[in-house]
Amino acid sequence: MNIFVCIKQVPDTEATLSVKDGKTINENNIKWIISPYDEYAIEEALKVKEKIPESKVTLITLGPKRCESVLRSGLAMGAENAIHIETEEYIDNKTIARAIAYAIKQEGNYNLIFIGKQAIDDDAFLTHIYIAEYLGIPVATNVTLFKYESEKVFVEREIDGGEKEKIEMTTPCVIGAAKGLNTPRYPSLMGMMKAKKIPIKKLSLQDLEIEEIDNKIIIEKLFAPAEKPQGKIIEGEIENAVKELVRVLKDEVKVL
Amino acid sequence: MANIGVYVELKEDKLKKSNKEAISLAKRSEKDVHVIIFTNNLDQHLDELKGIKNIIQIKDQDLTYQPDYYSDTIANIIKDYDLNDFIGICSAQCKDLFPRVAAKIDASLVNDCIEIDFKNNSITKPVFAGRLLAKYRVENEFKMYTIRPNIFPVQAFGSEGNPEIITKELNKKELKTKIIDIIKSDSKKIDLTEADAIVSGGRGMKEKENFKILEEIAQLLNAGVGASRAAVDAGFATSDMQVGQTGKVVNPKLYIACGISGAIQHFAGMKTSKVIVAINKDSEAPIFKKADYGIVGDLFKIVPLLKKELEKIYT
Ligand SMILES: Cc1cc2nc3c(=O)[nH]c(=O)nc-3n(C[C@H](O)[C@H](O)[C@H](O)COP(=O)(O)OP(=O)(O)OC[C@H]3O[C@@H](n4cnc5c(N)ncnc54)[C@H](O)[C@@H]3O)c2cc1C
Ligand SMILES: Nc1ncnc2c1ncn2[C@@H]1O[C@H](COP(=O)(O)O)[C@@H](O)[C@H]1O
Repeated sequence: MNIFVCIKQVPDTEATLSVKDGKTINENNIKWIISPYDEYAIEEALKVKEKIPESKVTLITLGPKRCESVLRSGLAMGAENAIHIETEEYIDNKTIARAIAYAIKQEGNYNLIFIGKQAIDDDAFLTHIYIAEYLGIPVATNVTLFKYESEKVFVEREIDGGEKEKIEMTTPCVIGAAKGLNTPRYPSLMGMMKAKKIPIKKLSLQDLEIEEIDNKIIIEKLFAPAEKPQGKIIEGEIENAVKELVRVLKDEVKVL
Repeated sequence: MANIGVYVELKEDKLKKSNKEAISLAKRSEKDVHVIIFTNNLDQHLDELKGIKNIIQIKDQDLTYQPDYYSDTIANIIKDYDLNDFIGICSAQCKDLFPRVAAKIDASLVNDCIEIDFKNNSITKPVFAGRLLAKYRVENEFKMYTIRPNIFPVQAFGSEGNPEIITKELNKKELKTKIIDIIKSDSKKIDLTEADAIVSGGRGMKEKENFKILEEIAQLLNAGVGASRAAVDAGFATSDMQVGQTGKVVNPKLYIACGISGAIQHFAGMKTSKVIVAINKDSEAPIFKKADYGIVGDLFKIVPLLKKELEKIYT
């Protein structure tokens, strides 16, 4: 099995973000991590490899030089190949998906592609479906359960109201990983040593026949939302406080 | 002529509440609004769609949602009727369906919009789990959007007389991603993303059993029951109840957080609620910084009192 996993480098979920020049985030002091859903994607790929030992797991990321760190982390978890599509420029999700789809095709054979359902920086929920559509293969998104049996993939995905869809696909296909799919492993010490020695394949957008960046979605402004004013603690005996709370909710802010 | 389309999402053949928000938004564009609806019983929805001039009805003996059939059908309709703008709800279904359509017709799609300016083709949406907002300009002949529920106001659709109804068949060319079954949830849960009120519990709830009291309050308020990740991880609540960065983004009028500390990842999912109420025994808990109203104290004493007070109003 040839398995690909797309991973994106994003700021840590706890990071305090500030905006630089109105359009990008200030990168000073940011701790970069693998987008959490992509960790589920890596873990699931590694689980398939454990079951089908002749499998090969290749990580792909697209982004500036600093993104190499997520490839190293993913390799330390147990993947054996990594591709870095290096670009310093902002490109929109469609172009990202086109480049990644092309890179995967260029590698020859592919059976399973695991991707996060959403990257926690742009929260776009687009790339995995675009990659599948560009490759012309099936895709399921928001996947919480994955099974592979005799060339067929069975997944469950969460939909609204606590319901789940059961889906059947043939390979090759794309799986958009969600929370609940698995518990990502930590890299082992040996894994980290090994990862350091694995060469990372570098590609440019030109290598993927993207000659000109033609973004259709252009960032105009990045800004902090208006903060709520500090709230009010209702003091006093709790019996009275609860009465007062209900009165305020009903008569003043009218949400009851 | 450029028109605007709205995908009406049905759940068990009923209109989802946010469809009206999407249609009201479409009306704001001053373009001709076309409503796309997959149903065999259009009559039962016409009342709710009063004021809409153009309705495109898709029929088939089996209209069970299949992403390939639906996306092919919609892609054709968008092209055939010049629906240069196309709106849906940021629901599980649209997040699955819209990107497929956008890839097929090379449209640009932005999910989870909280503001759309049709004149300047600009869109605002939360990024970095709501820590920042991004304003994008879209330069594409075909633009698609999914909107966050409970943000856009509902307005009367106007009175354009009787609708013109166009009937189409479901396009069943190819089925690659095949939905074979739907696992219903055991209880009839209120969809948190559309709920008007939510009562949530965190690690402070201590045990699964204790969520009962939140359910009782929720029933009074016709609210949904949510949870923090700590509560989900501890097994007090199921994962579909999780609110936050890796859970649901919710936007109710009233959010009551019980025994939740207010971690940044929890805020990411609920901070746009209109009124946030926090009940926590720790006066230093970060939740009090973002809550509109708070009571400091033991939730096991406060929540039963709250129930009693609410019963006075609702029974
Ligand atoms: C990548 C990532 C994603 C995450 N995604 C999410 C997410 O989607 N949603 C989410 O919620 N979290 C998420 N988290 C976890 C988050 O950081 C917090 O750990 C979590 O929200 C804490 O849940 P809690 O407030 O219930 O628990 P705690 O932080 O343990 O807080 C419990 C609170 O209950 C109070 N309490 C205890 N007993 C009582 C009592 N008797 N009466 C009143 N108050 C009482 C305590 O004072 C305390 O403030 C994520 C974390 C990471 C790293
Ligand atoms: N620049 C990128 N490099 C590698 N993978 C990416 C990139 N952007 C998005 N992805 C993948 O696509 C998923 C969805 O991202 P998004 O559509 O941006 O929310 C992510 O979780 C990643 O798995």
